[in-house]
Amino acid sequence: MQIENCSRWFGNVVAVNDVTMTIGPGITGLLGPNGAGKSTLIHMLAGFLPPSAGTVTLDGGPVWKNHDVYRTIGIVPEREATYDSLTGRQFVLASAELHGLDDAGAAASRALATVAMEDAAHRRIGEYSKGMKQRVKMASALVHDPAVLLLDEPFNGMDPRQRLHLIELLREMGAEGRTVLFSSHILEEVEQLASQIEVLIAGRYAASGDYREIRRLMTDRPHQYTVISSDNRMLAAALVADASTAAVRLNGDALHVDASEFLRFAELLPLVARDAGIRLFEVTPADESLESVFAYLVEK
Amino acid sequence: MNRTVLRLTAQAMLGGRRVLLVSAMAVILIGLALLVRLIGDISEPDIAAFLQVVSLATLMPLFGLIVGTGTIGPEIDDGSIIHLLSKPVPRPVIIHSKLVVAIVATVAFAVVPTALAALIMGASGSLALALAVGSLAAGAVYCVMFMLLAILTRHAVIIGLGYALIWESLVGSLVPGARNLSVQQWALAVTDALASPGLITANVGLVLAVTLIIGGFVAATWYAGSRLRVLTLATDD
Repeated sequence: MQIENCSRWFGNVVAVNDVTMTIGPGITGLLGPNGAGKSTLIHMLAGFLPPSAGTVTLDGGPVWKNHDVYRTIGIVPEREATYDSLTGRQFVLASAELHGLDDAGAAASRALATVAMEDAAHRRIGEYSKGMKQRVKMASALVHDPAVLLLDEPFNGMDPRQRLHLIELLREMGAEGRTVLFSSHILEEVEQLASQIEVLIAGRYAASGDYREIRRLMTDRPHQYTVISSDNRMLAAALVADASTAAVRLNGDALHVDASEFLRFAELLPLVARDAGIRLFEVTPADESLESVFAYLVEK
Repeated sequence: MNRTVLRLTAQAMLGGRRVLLVSAMAVILIGLALLVRLIGDISEPDIAAFLQVVSLATLMPLFGLIVGTGTIGPEIDDGSIIHLLSKPVPRPVIIHSKLVVAIVATVAFAVVPTALAALIMGASGSLALALAVGSLAAGAVYCVMFMLLAILTRHAVIIGLGYALIWESLVGSLVPGARNLSVQQWALAVTDALASPGLITANVGLVLAVTLIIGGFVAATWYAGSRLRVLTLATDD
């Protein structure tokens, strides 16, 4: 799938701003904080929203106003709404029929087995938990064996066991050479699964690469810490002697440290404290919110 | 047409409160007819006048509004339409299938009860048939018109009510020219043509009425299909 110079605005609000990326076979994670434009981008990739500028294509053909692309694409939307009065099986069977599959019943059974929902398939979707709804949506998206799978925040509402199961399933699909794109606002979730990560922040394309590269970008940045120790003044002197510490400030019982290199500082702090005979009571990151991490990436 | 879309639409319609509402409307119509019949004999012109007001002018637009918007509006509102739109089914086929469900529901819950009510009150077979055909024409146009509105706007019910109450009832009674654009008047013209002379009063000529019924139905069906093709879905961003 190719996204070229793609923008989407709603009135005065720009949701996606001049994004260009190529999504190829394997697993790609679309990472960004809430409201970054991930869902808008996935909607454009899925053909539910035309770009205000730029193009979105699948194998060179447009996805907007082209219902035939759904023979190739499977979609797991973020919104929970389904046909709640249907049973899980009826819902997946309907999907198989709408795809015009020869043996819709067998395809539905296979898809339900893939997401381990056979036992609950006879129950109405309205009675399902959020995680079960997510799995039945997944079965519906997989029923026609698509080459491309788009998932919008697929792990939302899943318990750890269901999460592991979905991770395994997506890994298998990626290994089979399918193109799998999923969005998430949690780095750990994305790095567990995706070989390729695309970071979207405030509608803009912020970074791209494998998870090690993104992790390095996110962790090896200036960090602020509040440290409480048995001797803050001595600790401050010892820390500031190293290049990984940009600044120290004593404030009452606490020591505020600006570390310029996270990884080096993380190794340095316990060593310095041990060598100086200082006990560390508390080390608190002061700017670890996801927003601050993303804000740093945007600046960079 | 697509059988799966037919089934899903019918299940959604029969499974919700909407079916109770349309059933209640049919029961009220039959109940009123029984009540009138029990009170005493009623002449054919009075039966025609009664059903013209109760069925064609009141029941049909409300019914069309409930069924027409109900076949697609709730799916668009809650976003579940995404499951239908993410399938390789041509959008006009989705519209045609949903429209068939709406028209079958109209026949079952409005057209047949209208004819039954006429017969219960002692109307002739020809008047009952005329009313049935007239209400079917009105119901079909209302259904597709309100289905189109539900695709175009989230305020379809309010706009539809405005059309039925303000345009057809108020403006239509004060401005004669407005009656040319009244589904109710088109249906009355058809009913008038089939019933015995003098029973029904229509303000629109038959040719114009039939042209507008067919033209309106075809145009609205086509436009609904093309609008569904470019329907954009709201995202959480």
